[in-house]
Amino acid sequence: MKNSWIVAKRDLGSFFNSPIFYVVTTVFLILYSFIFINILNFFSMQSMQSGQFQQMGMGLNINEMVIEPSFQNMAVILLLIIPIITMRSFAEEKKSKTFRLLLSSPVHLKEIVFGKFLACMIVVTLMVLLSSYSIGFLFFISEPDIGPVLTGYLGILLMAGCYVSVGIFASSLTENQIVAAVITFGFSLFMWVIGWGAQTADSATGQVLQYLSIIEHLDRFLKGIIETSDITYYLSFIIFGLFLCHRALDSNRWR
Amino acid sequence: MIEVENLTRYYGSRRAINNLSFQIEKGEVVGFLGPNGAGKSTTMNIISCILPASSGTVKINGFDTFEQSLEIRKIIGYLPETPPLYPDMTVAKYLDFAAGIRGVAAKRIPASVERVLDKCSLKDVGHRIIGRLSKGYQQRVGLAQAMVHDPEILILDEPTIGLDPIQIIEIRKLIQELAAEHTIILSSHILPEITQICKRVIIINEGEIAAVDSLGGLTASLRKSDRISLTVRNSDDTIIEKLNNLDQVLSVSSEEEDQFFIECALRSNLQDDIAKLALENHWGIIELKPVSMTLEDIFLKLTLEEKEPAA
Repeated sequence: MKNSWIVAKRDLGSFFNSPIFYVVTTVFLILYSFIFINILNFFSMQSMQSGQFQQMGMGLNINEMVIEPSFQNMAVILLLIIPIITMRSFAEEKKSKTFRLLLSSPVHLKEIVFGKFLACMIVVTLMVLLSSYSIGFLFFISEPDIGPVLTGYLGILLMAGCYVSVGIFASSLTENQIVAAVITFGFSLFMWVIGWGAQTADSATGQVLQYLSIIEHLDRFLKGIIETSDITYYLSFIIFGLFLCHRALDSNRWR
Repeated sequence: MIEVENLTRYYGSRRAINNLSFQIEKGEVVGFLGPNGAGKSTTMNIISCILPASSGTVKINGFDTFEQSLEIRKIIGYLPETPPLYPDMTVAKYLDFAAGIRGVAAKRIPASVERVLDKCSLKDVGHRIIGRLSKGYQQRVGLAQAMVHDPEILILDEPTIGLDPIQIIEIRKLIQELAAEHTIILSSHILPEITQICKRVIIINEGEIAAVDSLGGLTASLRKSDRISLTVRNSDDTIIEKLNNLDQVLSVSSEEEDQFFIECALRSNLQDDIAKLALENHWGIIELKPVSMTLEDIFLKLTLEEKEPAA
């Protein structure tokens, strides 16, 4: 664990020393804020209208109409942005031959893999935290239910963990950062849309496809429900990705 | 201290090293010598636990590089061919990281970094970004990285590659200083380097050991004749003939008009006779000296001799 932290600390240093973190975070915040403002405007417009027609006000709920869609959109932006954060992890180390320093040091390979994961997760968490100004603002102007907000953040971070885990695995496969990013993006998106197959498949296959879908498990978190099966799904997804990454790096030494 | 036994490594179907066996004692400075692609780096990578061997074992202090690699990694400092430097870090921060990852206890890190900064004369550039340093300084940072945890064994893969002559001399001096306290394995395809630093040479060619010996031993075992060079002021056609007539002279050749190479029997010490001859004939000696066999000669001889039977 101590060794993982040493690896993570170095990676974080290089994130904050390079423009990547600042550019990625800025782009993320601008996109997210724009979408959030639009959702909020739409909600306030509906509120205004419902002021005129009493019966329309029935379904208005700031948790369901602002916070939930904001989280859903954040999930999409993270899908686009996390591959950029994870692509360097191993690809750059291998390309610049610095990986040999880690390999010849008295650390387990799994500690290195976890350190890399930790660094990317800290960066993503920081970005998500920065974006929380928006939800915080809602607490000033209204009275949203805090439960679904907290479980929503938990869900978003678990889902981001899956992307990061895929990203680190992809990065361990190649020396080329672009290739790593494209694989990460492609695979994450695939795991997202895999649930769509459920509509046309027979019921058994459909259920499997639906369970496999990354986004399917987020929905319950956003509604304020923590289910063991969702947490199990995300955690096993993350661990499996890190396991594959470890295997890929290890087998690389034999070739 | 280091025992290598029947070490073989394949990359795919290509065999990089074949059946290497040798031993290195504590405190020795050993040179790996061989042309590019001979398997020097592969051997070093296996000793530093980066690559597993396809077959054969390496034992260091009784620990196996495959089974107990963590123990070994604690006592090894490795400088790969390309120094593993993060160009966006400052020298001091990088060495901090290297010390941490190489297992130096957190409390002792500042002192360790201070020590190697001092030893590698990096004090002045400690706060600078590695990517902006000259190649010579980068190489020194690479060396500092390898010794920050004060390892018993230093493995240096071509430490002077790509440096200018002054930098080469500096790095060599540094390695010679280190030799007092560490066991060092050094690889190079530049021969004089090995002559200056190493006491024992392991010559690797096409993945196999061509020779293991001290430098003197190598020269002696390969030498079938002594060689003397003579340079004169007034050369004439008869010189070669007259030299040839001397006792124990095997052959005389001349590459330039006034320089002659005399091959003579081992330990015949013909200098006196040649000088006498030169004085009698008024050739006017400019230079008369024995030519010792260089590592280049040894190297070529060994590697070429190895090849012939195969062809």
